[in-house]
Amino acid sequence: MSDVLTVQGLTVSVRDVALVSDVELTVGPGERVGLIGESGSGKSLTALSVLGLLPEDVLAAGSVRLSGVDHELIGADERRMSRVRGRHLAMVFQEPMTALNPTMRVGDQVAEAMLIHRTRSSRRAARIAAAELLELVQLPGVMRTYPHQLSGGQRQRVVLALALANDPALLICDEPTTALDVTVQAMVLDLIMRGVAARESALLFITHDLAVVATVCQRVLVMYGGRVVESGPVTEVFTRPRHRYTEGLIAASDLESADSGPADVGLATSAPRRLPTIPGNVPPAGQFPDGCVFRNRCAHATETCATLPPWTGTPTQGFACHHPAGASDA
Amino acid sequence: MLLRLIERTAVLLVSLAVSSVLVFGFLAVLPGDPARVALGVNASDEAVAELRRQFGLDRPLTTQYFDWLGGMLQGDFGLSYISKAPIGPQITDRFQVTLWLVVTSVVIALVVAAPAGTVMAARHRQLSGLALSALSQVGVAVPAFLAGILLIMVFAVKLGWLPANGWTPPAQDPGMFLRQLVLPALSLGLVQGAVLTRYVRSAVLDVLREDYLRTARAKGLRPFPALWRHGLRNAAVPVVTVLGLQLATLLIGAVVVERVFVIPGLGSLLLDGVSNRDLLVVQDVVMVLVVAVLVVNFLVDLLYVALDPRLRVTR
Ligand SMILES: Nc1ncnc2c1ncn2[C@@H]1O[C@H](COP(=O)(O)OP(=O)(O)OP(=O)(O)O)[C@@H](O)[C@H]1O
Ligand code: SF4
Ligand SMILES: [Mg+2]
Repeated sequence: MSDVLTVQGLTVSVRDVALVSDVELTVGPGERVGLIGESGSGKSLTALSVLGLLPEDVLAAGSVRLSGVDHELIGADERRMSRVRGRHLAMVFQEPMTALNPTMRVGDQVAEAMLIHRTRSSRRAARIAAAELLELVQLPGVMRTYPHQLSGGQRQRVVLALALANDPALLICDEPTTALDVTVQAMVLDLIMRGVAARESALLFITHDLAVVATVCQRVLVMYGGRVVESGPVTEVFTRPRHRYTEGLIAASDLESADSGPADVGLATSAPRRLPTIPGNVPPAGQFPDGCVFRNRCAHATETCATLPPWTGTPTQGFACHHPAGASDA
Repeated sequence: MLLRLIERTAVLLVSLAVSSVLVFGFLAVLPGDPARVALGVNASDEAVAELRRQFGLDRPLTTQYFDWLGGMLQGDFGLSYISKAPIGPQITDRFQVTLWLVVTSVVIALVVAAPAGTVMAARHRQLSGLALSALSQVGVAVPAFLAGILLIMVFAVKLGWLPANGWTPPAQDPGMFLRQLVLPALSLGLVQGAVLTRYVRSAVLDVLREDYLRTARAKGLRPFPALWRHGLRNAAVPVVTVLGLQLATLLIGAVVVERVFVIPGLGSLLLDGVSNRDLLVVQDVVMVLVVAVLVVNFLVDLLYVALDPRLRVTR
């Protein structure tokens, strides 16, 4: 079965400074893929490139293909991209407090998602469908309320409802629970999981939180310095990291539940674990070392690391490191 | 909502009361007594005393104030010190003339500013946007009377397309009314529009940066429809504020433009009152203008609530 999303050689730059380099990424039908990495590693830019909503002066190159869409997404004009966004491809953003129009009723904002793409026959049908969607995210009777009358968690559920309105082939969530109270995070995560499962949508899930990845995702990609440094099944990557950056992340975290692999959503009791700190600071965009982007912070760096480490493994599972962890058995 | 209405109404009433005291007080403390001012320095003391008695100017100031205020509340604006004619009917006639002029120029200002400001914001990095910005800078720097004179020179004198001045009531000859309205309304409206354009531009720029506009795009709206459906109402709030604040400037502009175009509006009445030294006319007209500004700002306040649901009291 062909992949839902195929990203090849994605490079994002602003005035000749590369912010994201050579990202390869695939998401299979119904698959849930995590994208993790410290702040500034290029996760959001990768997501926005797929959606074609990068800020004005930021440019993407490479290839992004989506199943069911017969054209390249990078460089596609607005007319074509607007038919893809919200229909084949939907996104939930990080900040729920500002993601909704304050002057429009919540129900109308959800119904609009369907009216834009004419996936419902009439305004009335779209409103009925919107009410149902809002009920599915456990917000009955909010059709006529305005966003300011809802809490952050409730607003994020509205955003989720409108993102799922047209049964997208792929849902991208960019840190959807980072801005929420711990107590409502688990609920929102659960609704996301159920939402994509009911529609057989694929999920690309961006987060800082290793525990969330372990809960939500089947496969994970680790980004650093605008590059994918490692990828593979969550259990594999979290228990036997190969790239030294991933190793640092896992070692410094207290991810005791990682062994159990993707568990059911029982996060309400565990506090969220932010990415642990690794010695040294993330350099500002465009000032990562050449060769291996991690080499100024890596304890295992040698002279070889001044050359770009090649990708070892398969497109869906592998790493890019000259001196990988656990190399003896390789 | 009701609470806000009550609160705003209270504010309006207090400001009306305070401004009436100020207008009355300002003219009362002006040096010279109105009767002497009206009759001129050479008038005999008897004549002045007679006028003072006739118009009740010999009574205590508080009595005069409440008499003036009470009269106005009943639509009685008093008699002119000069012509002895009632001022009320004049004000009513003149008010309509000024209202036409001001409303038309506000419409022109909006028709110019809304699209121009939006294009300037949407294309703020392109040449077309920068060119429009420069043009509006020029517009801001031009005073209304100068715009009026320029328009007269081009469209009335040189091209002869429109009358250079004058006023015809709409009921009498609608065609002529419109032809005479065009140039004065343009000179007020274009200048006001240039100022407003800059506010529209910054309001739209703010909205373009908002997350909810990105959400709208992510739903599948193209840039312009996204701005139209999700940005317009949000951008309208600051623009309406400015429009309300501009009203005072607009009325001052109208006074001057009425003079340039020989239009019998409130502005002309005011300037005539000043040059005839007819102080009660001046006092009445100023009060009417102040009331107009306060009432419009009151309405603007209510309009916010219609535009922005966050200002309504939450359930
Ligand atoms: N418009 C822009 N112009 C210049 N640099 C930018 C721009 N947008 C993002 N960047 C830079 O690109 C890098 C990657 O940004 P991105 O937002 O993708 O990071 P992220 O991985 O999502 O981080 P976070 O976890 O903080 O959201 C950062 O260093 C950021 O400063
Ligand atoms: S390539 Fe070298 S510098 Fe980079 S992570 Fe591996 S060992 Fe460290
Ligand atoms: Mg981000």
